[in-house]
Amino acid sequence: MVNKIEGYTIAEAPEGYQGTGFFATTLGKVVGLARANSLWPLPFATSCCGIEYMATMGANYDLARFGSERMSFSPRQADLLMVMGTIAKKMGPVLKQVYTQMAEPRWVMAVGACASSGGIFDTYSVLQGIDRVIPVDVYVPGCPPRPEQIIEGIIKIQELVKNESLRRRSSPEYNELLSSYGIE
Amino acid sequence: MSNGNIEFLQNHIGIFLQAMVAVIFVVTVMSLTHIIGPKRRTVRKLENFECGIEVHGDARMPFSVKYFLTAILFVLFDVEIIFFYPWAINFKDLATLGFFKMIIFMAPLLFGFYYIIRKGALKWE
Repeated sequence: MVNKIEGYTIAEAPEGYQGTGFFATTLGKVVGLARANSLWPLPFATSCCGIEYMATMGANYDLARFGSERMSFSPRQADLLMVMGTIAKKMGPVLKQVYTQMAEPRWVMAVGACASSGGIFDTYSVLQGIDRVIPVDVYVPGCPPRPEQIIEGIIKIQELVKNESLRRRSSPEYNELLSSYGIE
Repeated sequence: MSNGNIEFLQNHIGIFLQAMVAVIFVVTVMSLTHIIGPKRRTVRKLENFECGIEVHGDARMPFSVKYFLTAILFVLFDVEIIFFYPWAINFKDLATLGFFKMIIFMAPLLFGFYYIIRKGALKWE
């Protein structure tokens, strides 16, 4: 099950029962494996972290190695919302609407100090972290973070995706989390 | 069925099978994802995507057709003029026959142009 090309592992096989010519595991793990290695990011880039994201997508850092080369500029086909940059308070409802319209299941990554906490912009006009309007899964620190850090964030998201229960999104806890943000 | 037909089938059965498998695979996988994929159908989610901004009005609103008519007619006759260039360069070689061929090409277009003028399609005011 482990695909090896010149010594590189494309995707780690999940835990399972293995014998000659077969491999058995749970459906949740297979779905998690498939989802984790084909995340389609929706870049919500508003400032300098967006430039670092461009470097991350470029040839040197190449996010395509993680199955995320297909950026989606419509939320309909996106699994991962990557918020990169300062989010002004006026941008808050827009961000929330974009998140709401994303495909299910969806994950959110706050890249950089501004998206995570407002950063240096401790003013009346800037949202003090996007987790005021939408639930965030992974925070990437840095001002701006280097591409390596963004990749680290992607790997953390992949871990979350791999280990998420298939029932999580219909659980009362998850619905309570969404309704605490006012998202149906 | 004649021998030729049977031979044709035997030679191409692989292609038909592959095409069938491809179609069945795509249809099955796409319908499966639609049936078993997680969904959340709420009003906010199913709204038109306008980059997160509230939708204003209807996409099907009337607008002035004048600009479109002028632009599309310009493109039509502009492309016609492109055909004139090689004809003009080879005008002497093509001689009288070429001239009459061009008239045959031009006649329907000129008739169309006459129709446009009579209909007043190019009147801006």
